[in-house]
Amino acid sequence: MAFELPELPYSYDALAPYMSRETLEFHHDKHHLAYVNNGNNLLKGTDLEGKSVEEVVVGSFGKNAGLFNNAGQHFNHIHFWKWMKPNGGGAIPGELEKKIVEDFGSVAKLREDFIQAGVTQFGSGWAWLSVKDGKLVVSKTPNGENPLVHGATPILGVDVWEHSYYIDYRNLRPKYLEAFFDSLVNWEYVAELYAKA
Amino acid sequence: MTGNVLSRRALIAGAAAAVTWAGLPRARATAPAHTLPDLPYGFDALEGAIDAATMEIHHGRHHAGYVKTLNAALSEQPALAGESLEALFARVSTLPPVIRNHGGGHWNHSLFWTLMAPPGTGGDPSAALSADLQRAFGSLDDFKAAFAKASAGQFGAGWGWLVMTDDGLRITTTANQDNPLMDVAPVRGRPILGVDVWEHAYYLRYQNRRADYLDAWWTVVNWSEVNRLHAAGG
Repeated sequence: MAFELPELPYSYDALAPYMSRETLEFHHDKHHLAYVNNGNNLLKGTDLEGKSVEEVVVGSFGKNAGLFNNAGQHFNHIHFWKWMKPNGGGAIPGELEKKIVEDFGSVAKLREDFIQAGVTQFGSGWAWLSVKDGKLVVSKTPNGENPLVHGATPILGVDVWEHSYYIDYRNLRPKYLEAFFDSLVNWEYVAELYAKA
Repeated sequence: MTGNVLSRRALIAGAAAAVTWAGLPRARATAPAHTLPDLPYGFDALEGAIDAATMEIHHGRHHAGYVKTLNAALSEQPALAGESLEALFARVSTLPPVIRNHGGGHWNHSLFWTLMAPPGTGGDPSAALSADLQRAFGSLDDFKAAFAKASAGQFGAGWGWLVMTDDGLRITTTANQDNPLMDVAPVRGRPILGVDVWEHAYYLRYQNRRADYLDAWWTVVNWSEVNRLHAAGG
C-alpha cells in the first residue's frame, strides 16, 4: 500500500505552549508529507512496493538508503503524533509503570535516561523507549533510523531533529525533551504499544 | 576579526599555546586551546540571506557550545590538546567521538563565517578558480546547481563542500560536523567552500525550505576568501 499522511489526532494548537501550532504545521504538513511523497516515489518499481511501512523499513535498511530514510521517518512520525496529547505526561498506566520500575528502578530514572539519550544524539535523530527481548530499553538513532532495525519494538520515541523544536526552543534541546516527557507524552498510547509488543 | 581564522599561523600559535599549558600541572592549565572567533561582520550583515537572530544563535550558542565542549574534552586529554585539529581529523576514527563532533563543529563554523560577506562585497571567482570550476563542472552555474543539489540532498544534519583533491575540484557532503579532512569522510580533500545545512542554519527564516536557503546563500558567498583558499591549495 502507498504511504499516506495521517491526520493529526488533535488540533494544531492543542499542544501549546510546549509545541506550537507553527511547529506542528511545518512538521506535519511539510516535513512528514515530504517523507510520504519521497517514500512513495522511491518505492515505485521496488520489490517492497505494496508492503507495510514496517516491512519497508526493515527491508530497505542497509540496502536502499533513500527509501530507508523516508520510510523510517514515515513510520517514526506516524507514531510521534500519537505519542503526544494535550495535557500529556503525568500518570503511567499500572502495568507499564510496574515494568518501568522493574527495568529502570524508577520512572525518574527512565526520564533521566530518555532525556539523556535525546540530548546526546549528535545531529538529527530520535530517542527511544523500546521492548527488546522482554525488557524495556532506552536507545537513540540517527536521522530516520529506528529500533525496528535493531530487533526491538519502539513504544515511545521523541524526534530530536532541530525542525521538531527549533521554532519553540531554539538550541535548547534539553528544555524541549523535558517538556515532551513531563507535559506531552500520551502514556495510554505507550501502554497500548507495550501490551502488543 | 580580520583575515582567515584558520590560517596556518593561527593554528600553529594555538597548538603552541596548548603545548605550553598542557605541560603545566592541571591546576594551572587555565588557558583554553580553542576560542570562539568573532564574526567578521555584524549579526545583521547577511540579512538578505540569513537573518540576524539566526546568526546570533548560530554563532553565540551553537558554535560557542562546540568550543566549550571541545576544550572540556581536551583538558582531559592533554596529549591531544597539543595537536592541530587538522592533524586530529586525519585519524579521527581512532579518537574519542567528541573530537569528531565538537572539533569538527568548531573547525567547520570557523571556516563558514569567513566564507560569507555582506551582499555585494564578496567579489567573484578568480580567473584561476573559474578555470578549475569549468574544468570540473562545465561552468560556474553548473557548479552552483550541482553544489546546491548535493547540499539539499544531504539527509539530516550536515554540510555541503567544494574541495581540492589531487584530481581537481570535487563536490561532496558530510553528515553532522564531519568534514573532508577527516579519515571518515566519503571524499577527502581540502575544503575551499562549505555550507552548513543543519536545520539550525536556516530554520527560523526558511523552515523546511532548505533549497531556498541554499539559493539565497550565493548572495553572501565571500568569493575573495574562496579565491584565497584556492590559491593557497585549500
